[in-house]
Formats: sequence, C-alpha cells, structure tokens
Amino acid sequence: MSWEWGVIWQYIPRLLDGAWLTLELVLVSGLIGIALAIPLALMRASSRTWVKAFPFLYIYFFRGTPLLVQIFLVYYGASQFEAVRESFLWPVLKQPYWCAIIAFSLNTAAYSAELFRSAIQAIPSGEIEAAEAMGMSKPVQIRRIIMPRAFGIALPAYGNEVILMLKGSALASTITLLDITGMARTIIARTYTPLEMFLAAGLVYLAISALIIALFRFMEYRFNRYQYYHHTDTPEDLDPQLRDQHIDS
Amino acid sequence: MMKIRKLFAVAALITGGLMAAQVATADDKIRIATEGAYAPFNMVDSSGELIGFDVEIAKALCAQMKADCEIVAQDWDGIIPGLRARKYDAIIASMSITEERMRVVDFSEKYYSNVLAFVTADGSSVVVTKEGLKGKTVGAQRATIAGQYLEDNLGDVVDVKLYDTQDNAYLDLTSGRLDALLSDKFPAYDWLRTDGGKGFAFNGEDIDINDEIGIAVRKGDALKDKFSTAIKAIVADGTYAKINEKYFPFSIY
Repeated sequence: MSWEWGVIWQYIPRLLDGAWLTLELVLVSGLIGIALAIPLALMRASSRTWVKAFPFLYIYFFRGTPLLVQIFLVYYGASQFEAVRESFLWPVLKQPYWCAIIAFSLNTAAYSAELFRSAIQAIPSGEIEAAEAMGMSKPVQIRRIIMPRAFGIALPAYGNEVILMLKGSALASTITLLDITGMARTIIARTYTPLEMFLAAGLVYLAISALIIALFRFMEYRFNRYQYYHHTDTPEDLDPQLRDQHIDS
Repeated sequence: MMKIRKLFAVAALITGGLMAAQVATADDKIRIATEGAYAPFNMVDSSGELIGFDVEIAKALCAQMKADCEIVAQDWDGIIPGLRARKYDAIIASMSITEERMRVVDFSEKYYSNVLAFVTADGSSVVVTKEGLKGKTVGAQRATIAGQYLEDNLGDVVDVKLYDTQDNAYLDLTSGRLDALLSDKFPAYDWLRTDGGKGFAFNGEDIDINDEIGIAVRKGDALKDKFSTAIKAIVADGTYAKINEKYFPFSIY
C-alpha cells in the first residue's frame, strides 16, 4: 500500500473548511447546552421529588441512548411526520445544521447538568451556611455563592465534556453535514486514500482539542485563582512545618 | 514475573492460532463483499440474509467457477479500503468501473451497465437542467458515480447533499429536504414501485455516462480473469438472463 503525502496537502484547505463547521457546531451547541444544563442542574439538586423528576428522566434518556440514535431521531425521525413538515418548525428542522445543533445541545445538556449537579452538591456546606447567616435569600445565594462555586468545581470535568462533544460532533457527517469527518469521507470517496485523509482529519481534531484544553486551563486558572495563589511575603527562614503546602507549592 | 510471561505466551499462541485459522479460510474460500443497502442489487432480507441481483450473480459466478464463496456485508465507503486490507477478495456490489478506482483496484469485465436518472416528486415543476436546478437542493449517495457527477457538473449551482446510504437519500427526498435526487436508474426504478416511492417519478432524460459495472479485485489478482470468464459463461448459457428477468423487465447487461 503506497502512502500519498500529496493528497493531504492538496485537500488540507477543504479539511479546514470542515474544521470551521465542527468548531461552530461545538461552540453553538455547547452554549445552548450550558443554558439548558444550569436550570436542569438546579432542579436536579432540589430536595423536592416533583422538581427532581423531570431532570432525572431527561438526563436518564439522553445519557442512556447513543448520540447517533438521537441525531437520527431528530433528523430522519421527525421529518417522517406530516405534522412536523407542515409546522412552523420545519424551516429549522429541514436543515441538517440545526438538527445537529438540537441533538448535540440536548445531549450535552444532560451530561453537563449531571456535572453541575454534583458540583453544586460538592460545595462545602459551611459556605452555604455562611451565606444564610449573612441573610442572603435563596436566589441571591444561587447567584453569588452556588453558581460561581459550582462553576469552579465543575470546570475540569466540564472541559472533559467539551472534548467528548468535539469528538461526538463527527456524527454530524451522517446527516450530510461536511464537518471534518464528513469532509474527509467525501474526499476519500474521490481519492481512495483513507489512511492519509483520516490521519490528516485526526490531526485537525488534535489541534482543536489542544485549543480547548488550553482554554480550560486558562479558565481554571482564572476561576479557581485561590488554588494557584502564591505568597510572595513568606519569610525564607519560616519553619517548614508552618508552610501551607497547598498555597506555597 | 514468570506468570506474566506465561500469560503472554498463551496469548501469543491463541492469537497465532486465530490468525492461522483466518489465513486458512482465506486460502480455500473466495470472500466476496457487498453493501447490503442498495435494493434491488444487494440488500438484507427479514432474516438477515444478503439477497439481490448482485448476490445472485455472485452465487451464479461461484457455481460457474466451482468455487467455495462467502458473501459478507460491508459499508459502502469503506468497501475498497477493506478489499485492499484483505478483509475479502472481491467486491460484487454494483460498483462502477472508473479511472479513479482503477488506480487502486482491478476490475473484471462488466456484468451490467448503468445510467443515471433524476427523481423528483411526481409532477414537480423542477426542470432537471443546469438552469432549472439552480439554487435547488439535490442529493446523491456519497462515494458514487451519481455523487461525483453532481459535484463535477452541478456543484457550482446546486446545493449538493451526500448521504451514507441510498435509503437515507430516499428518506430525505420524501421528507421534502431534497428537491431532486440523482441516482443510478435501476435501484430508483425498484424504489419507485414500492410504497415509499409513491408520488415520485423519474424526471428528464437518462444520463448515459458510459458507466459499466464490474467486479473489483485487488491489483494483479488472478481472480479478475476468472470472474470475467465466468461472467461471459453465465451470459452465454442463459443463467444471467434468468436472474435479470427476476428483477427488471428489460435487459441491463
């Protein structure tokens, strides 16, 4: 089997076109996903059964079925119903782009909601009690204490979810979208160089995940600043036993 | 430590054994790949068996060659890479003989000839010319002659949508996402007679692109000539016509 570097160079611009679509899909559905995940997580963390029930079922469904099935249900499934085709939603559901956004958003919302829920429950209870002692109402607590703290706690795990979503976005190629994978498969249909093109596509995915990792590193550094704080005024001759490992390391 | 070594040794023995077994089957059997999603040429029946024109031709050819054959299903866009990776020895899956494919595989003589045709809603106002299709959404299966014809000849004026399977393209034609579908004519002929194809019809003239369908084998494989001889033999002795008749009222050779 011969290896053709030429095709990689020849088709890199088209792969990069695909990369834009992939980025767009991840970004747009990621943002919609967060917007959906926050209320879901707050409801899920509630102690009232009837409030917990809906997010529980929602998360159960979207985590329990494959993303591919969800995409097919939105794209091919919905369009089989006359009622859907005649409704005001059709101009949106007609386009594979929006079907992909809908499926990805709903899917990532389920995973993120679960992440945020566990983060909310991981906030030290002392901090909530302190907020209560200060006389903060529940909405103020959510805004000032719970949300920012949960966000900081969930960040590393959420970065993971975004990278998983990046790779899940390859499934957009199954509904005619020309994302990185769709583009690679269309090129391969012409050149019959699957190894070369999939290698190139893989490298583009790697580059994008490097960007995402860097972005989340930066955000972690910002939002969890207290963990990275360095004392500059610690005396050199301080008894080592008095040093705070966590702060001074 | 000793234990781990033993474990490795056993694992190596097992994998070695399996590989030997695989090589053995590859030696005395011709493994033939088909897609299984291209009615009426190759599809899967309710019991999971591969059936269709291609499959019957494959069986007739094997009978003619007195060879032991195994027919396997393989997704279309990985079907040539799979052949080159020796997962099977031949592709009988309604594959057009093209220059691009000839660079990587060898083809037997043709076993039928294909033309392309547009399918639209019955009575649709779409005129299937370059002007008439301007700004329309037209679909085809990815990695097919129809898909490449669309990209090469109409790619600059129409929105080309490429599908993994022909079935998915039909779904989008019926849902109205596609204004027209460019397809190989014979499978579309078959689909138009099913319930799913109600309300749709061929539109415009057939596009004859000199498209011959052959059997793909690895470059330099002697199977190529064996298949070609066998094709001529089954055409000559009437076996081919009998199979043809079951699927189409006209000859497709």
